[in-house]
Amino acid sequence: MIPAPFDYAAPATVEEALTLLSEHGDEAKVMAGGQSLLPVLRMRLNAPELVVDISRIESLKGIDDTGDAIRIGAATTYQEVLDSDLVREHLGLLHKAVSEIADPQIRHRGTVCGALAHADPAGDVGAPVLALDATMEVQSRGVVGPRQVAAADFFVDLFETAVGDGELLTAVTIPKHTGWGSHYEKFVRVSHQWAIIGIAAAVRSEGGVIAEARVGMTNMGSKPLRAPGVEAALAGQPATEEAIGEICARAGEGTEPPSDLNGQADYRRHLAGVLTRRAVLAAAGG
Amino acid sequence: MTKISVTVDGVNYEDEVEPRTLLVHYLREQLGKTGTVVGCDTSNCGACTVHLDGRSVKSCNMLAVQADGSEVTTIEGLADGETLSPVQEAFRDCHALQCGYCTPGMIMQATDLLRENPTPDEAYVRQHMEGNLCRCTGYHNIVQAVLQAADAGQGGEQS
Amino acid sequence: MTITQEPQAGTREVGRDRRRKEDQRLITGRTKWTNNIELPGMLHLSMVRSPFAHARITGIDTTEAKAAPGVMAVLTGEDLKDQQGSLPNAWPVTPEQKAPPHPAVAVDRVTFSGEIVAVVVARSAAAARDAAELVDVDYEELDAVIDLKVAAADEVLAHPDLGTNESALWVFDSAEAGTGDDVEAAIRDAEVLIEREFRQQRLIPSFMEPRSVVVDPTGEQFVMWSATQVPHILRLMLALTLGVAESKVRVIAPDVGGGFGGKLQVTPEEVITFLVARHTGKPCKWNETRSESLLAAHHGRDQWQKLTLAAKADGTVTGLKVQLIANMGAYLGLVTSGVPILGAFMFNAIYKFPSYRFECQNVFTNTTWTDAYRGAGRPEATFAIERMMDELATELGRDPLEVREQNWIKHEEFPFTTVAGLEYDSGNYEAATARAKELFKYDELRAEQARRRESGDRVQLGLGVSTFTEMCGLAPSRVLGSLAYGAGGWEHASVRMLPSGKVEVITGSSAHGQGHETAWSQIVADQLGVPFEDVEVLHGDTQISHKGLDTYGSRSLVVGGQAVIKAAQKVIEKAKPLAAHVLEANVADLEFADGKFTVRGAGADQEGLSLTGLALSVFAAHDLPDGMEASLDADATYDPVNFSYPHGTHLCAMEVDTETGETTMRSYVCVDDIGTVVNPLIVDGQIHGGLVQGIAQALWEEAVYDDQGTLITGSFVDYTLPTSADTISFVTDRTVTPSTTNDLGAKGVGEAGTIASTPAVVNAVLDALRPLGVTDIVMPCTPERVWNAIQGAAHQPVVEEAAPHFDESAPNQDTPETEGGTL
Repeated sequence: MIPAPFDYAAPATVEEALTLLSEHGDEAKVMAGGQSLLPVLRMRLNAPELVVDISRIESLKGIDDTGDAIRIGAATTYQEVLDSDLVREHLGLLHKAVSEIADPQIRHRGTVCGALAHADPAGDVGAPVLALDATMEVQSRGVVGPRQVAAADFFVDLFETAVGDGELLTAVTIPKHTGWGSHYEKFVRVSHQWAIIGIAAAVRSEGGVIAEARVGMTNMGSKPLRAPGVEAALAGQPATEEAIGEICARAGEGTEPPSDLNGQADYRRHLAGVLTRRAVLAAAGG
Repeated sequence: MTKISVTVDGVNYEDEVEPRTLLVHYLREQLGKTGTVVGCDTSNCGACTVHLDGRSVKSCNMLAVQADGSEVTTIEGLADGETLSPVQEAFRDCHALQCGYCTPGMIMQATDLLRENPTPDEAYVRQHMEGNLCRCTGYHNIVQAVLQAADAGQGGEQS
Repeated sequence: MTITQEPQAGTREVGRDRRRKEDQRLITGRTKWTNNIELPGMLHLSMVRSPFAHARITGIDTTEAKAAPGVMAVLTGEDLKDQQGSLPNAWPVTPEQKAPPHPAVAVDRVTFSGEIVAVVVARSAAAARDAAELVDVDYEELDAVIDLKVAAADEVLAHPDLGTNESALWVFDSAEAGTGDDVEAAIRDAEVLIEREFRQQRLIPSFMEPRSVVVDPTGEQFVMWSATQVPHILRLMLALTLGVAESKVRVIAPDVGGGFGGKLQVTPEEVITFLVARHTGKPCKWNETRSESLLAAHHGRDQWQKLTLAAKADGTVTGLKVQLIANMGAYLGLVTSGVPILGAFMFNAIYKFPSYRFECQNVFTNTTWTDAYRGAGRPEATFAIERMMDELATELGRDPLEVREQNWIKHEEFPFTTVAGLEYDSGNYEAATARAKELFKYDELRAEQARRRESGDRVQLGLGVSTFTEMCGLAPSRVLGSLAYGAGGWEHASVRMLPSGKVEVITGSSAHGQGHETAWSQIVADQLGVPFEDVEVLHGDTQISHKGLDTYGSRSLVVGGQAVIKAAQKVIEKAKPLAAHVLEANVADLEFADGKFTVRGAGADQEGLSLTGLALSVFAAHDLPDGMEASLDADATYDPVNFSYPHGTHLCAMEVDTETGETTMRSYVCVDDIGTVVNPLIVDGQIHGGLVQGIAQALWEEAVYDDQGTLITGSFVDYTLPTSADTISFVTDRTVTPSTTNDLGAKGVGEAGTIASTPAVVNAVLDALRPLGVTDIVMPCTPERVWNAIQGAAHQPVVEEAAPHFDESAPNQDTPETEGGTL
């Protein structure tokens, strides 16, 4: 199917992009890789007046070591994240989650920040980014430097983030979790599906005991969720099924996941418990 | 209309396109590259897969304007004259196609896969062909073909 | 690298794993799909479709759309109602069959979501799509009936004018037909009675090439290119539907990207494109999107099956009663009404029980109409009986293969006339099963299963069995006549001997991925003794292949291939007088082998006369015997005398994660007997693809409507086709008992995998879970359904025997409403 007509701009700088966005307000759509936007345009679920392609802005490209964190620019593709030694070494969880996104062709074009800004609760990067305490850089026109938004404040609701009209998500900065074990457990019926649910787990172990744990959940609500109670209870536990099974089984408690073709809410809550245990054990083991 | 400059299968084209024109429609309708086909509207099926600057992409899931300044290789640019690429040869030899509609996308993705990993095992092949749907073959012979092309030791695209 | 293989002298082509002739163009992108066709001045169509399942059209405002840039016309049902006729149903299954008129464009009422209400014609596809958004349709919503069982209750009507949702009731009873005993008596006297109800969910064929039509009205004939399986049927039906002379219509099916029954149709879009081309005088194209295809191309399956199986305590089956409700959807398409009836002869499968009754109630709903999908009626039947045989084995506490063997037709009992009245000519179920068990390592897997059960492993192992047969080679025309089908089942072929020595073969069987160009070349190469490479197979254009009945129902080789053989034999017969003339011998003394005529008794050193040489002599026609026409070309039309009956044994091992309900296929072995094999490479490919379609019914696919009749699975995001990452490599093997009904000994292979695999998978999943008390899971066996079944069973005492008679609380009595919104 063919999208409705729109104008197209490929600004060379963030400033140009922000000018376009502030001029067009909610009639403009930002496109980085376009892998989530194109189907929406083709199905005519959205018909913006202007598409602002930020993929040619040099300052938005690349993955940088900022000392105790890794900064991923908004025009950086999933494949660049997968190919990055920095990500592999310091952000194992993100690496695992990104490797599970869609398929190779999509990963060659799609971007981490694009997915974060799109904020599909079934997307795979929200949960790990949330679990790893990332910070988003959101830039407004005429303001010097981006405002820093904690991941916990970034996700607002279904397809809704802290990025306002006329603003641009320019990067995500994620604290290094060097030496942490990690696992992303994605549950699907067929492999090219969106996650029915996903569990992102990162664990720092000390001598077979979980010292710290981070657990993020995909598609367990209208935005990515974290399981702080589970994280706290895991600390100090040996990494065995007997020790953590009961704790992890509570991961879905109090959540309001969707009910759809792929599963009712109670089934998703059940899966969250089982898969959290598996993800944490896998993370602790590796 | 926006002006773009794209190299497709080794030939440079300068064209005016509507911004909403999908890359696949530009290839098919403006350049006559009808070997690349469209099978869905949600980027699931991968029938439209081409290479953009050396990596596989779904040409129905990007705009022609996004390809400005890039090099595109389609199924029509894969063989070297009469000489089939190793992946094309393996697809024929393994009967990895029936109706042939998904085949251009399958071959382009398999070529990309083998460039990324020249010695894949079956599980790797199955996992990395997940973005391409086929309704005829049950994937059995497609997987065999990719493994056979890998064994031939030269899965990569010829340039 | 060369792509031709050197023919080995003296080697028969039939049976060789020839690489396909078709592939060169398909792997290099040198293809001719309908959507590739561009003609000068071509206009593009976009359909406006109803969002409602049932509504009255109270007004259509096309003003804005007509004024949009590039728009040439906007046509509504009102504009086309006097020209569009009613789309054909070729199979009135009973004389009383009820059916509403079937307009290409709805005139005053829409009866399913996706029905066309207007068509926009513009200079580009984009302009047509843009303007389609501007067509303003006013609807008055009517009560819609979506659920099949609700429709069968006949309270809310899909078509109020019909006064009922019941289209037809079709009954076969072995006692009445004289083919067996009274099933009610068998049920009354049964020592073991198994009653079950199974759901055949609705599926979408999902051929990879979306449908596409181009019509060129310039020139003397209207030329239609269409992504169709049935160019010949389409041509005839266009003529009959629209009142156009058949001779003024030429239909071409160029490269066609799969069909699986889904392109066995005369579609509204084909009729509309024809009418618009006639209206505008310009070439017109319609090319569907995938969402449009899922929404409005016909669907398949969709039945409730109620089964009663009577047996003796020793496991001998004595009778089977089948009561079906079959969902027609909103209209009767080409063979909609006949699809479930095709299953009538297959519920008895490979078994020789003496009494049988089949009742099928065809019912209308406000949904997309159903029609042929790979297997058409036979997968449904096979699923039912193979599930029932497992239920019987469970009831008796016996091995499922052993109970099957006790009841199947032994190899020495062929030919065997079944309780459904068919004569099975050949088969050897023992041989196929023995080979399958060996390849599968059946006994080892059973031992592993026992260990896992013993240890309470979180992941349980299940082994599933499916022994199947099917009726292929549709179909003897006399049989079709007795079933009130509107056409015959013959096939046509021509062989043309070109003066250069090349041979053109024209087949009426129009391929769309099956490899006819290769297989037919192999057959003709053997028949005429010419090189494989010198045979060119032409098909899919009614002006070249003027006569044919197309490709479906695993008929091409056993009917179409036989027609090719007959035509080739006629060529040889036609050449004989000339050969005798040149060799100065009697026709009666001629022998033909390896492409040459020789004279019997004239010695081994004689040169002989080549058929291709004679073709050149006939072209020159300088010295022909008196009275001989200057042509060796021959036509043949073959009408099969019987169906053919491939069979096989399929064994499947499934692992079931009892914590999540996730199922994973561990191994799959099938040993099929499809008679003589022309090309083993093509045969294996057909099996692999069929298997995955059948497995997909068991595990992944379902077309789902919401309560309002909106298709929820309207894109490939939600209609979940499996990928390479979801499937495994298969172990395939064959046994061969040649069919006796055609010269090749072939039986047909196109649908075998699909028919056999679904019950093998479901039986395996259930086999894994029976110790947990699970007795049935509705298809597709999604992780959630599997998990729910385990949970449901966990709250009940474990019941080792089969479920009670249609108890509302029995797990296999799930209705859509109880499945937590998944339907």
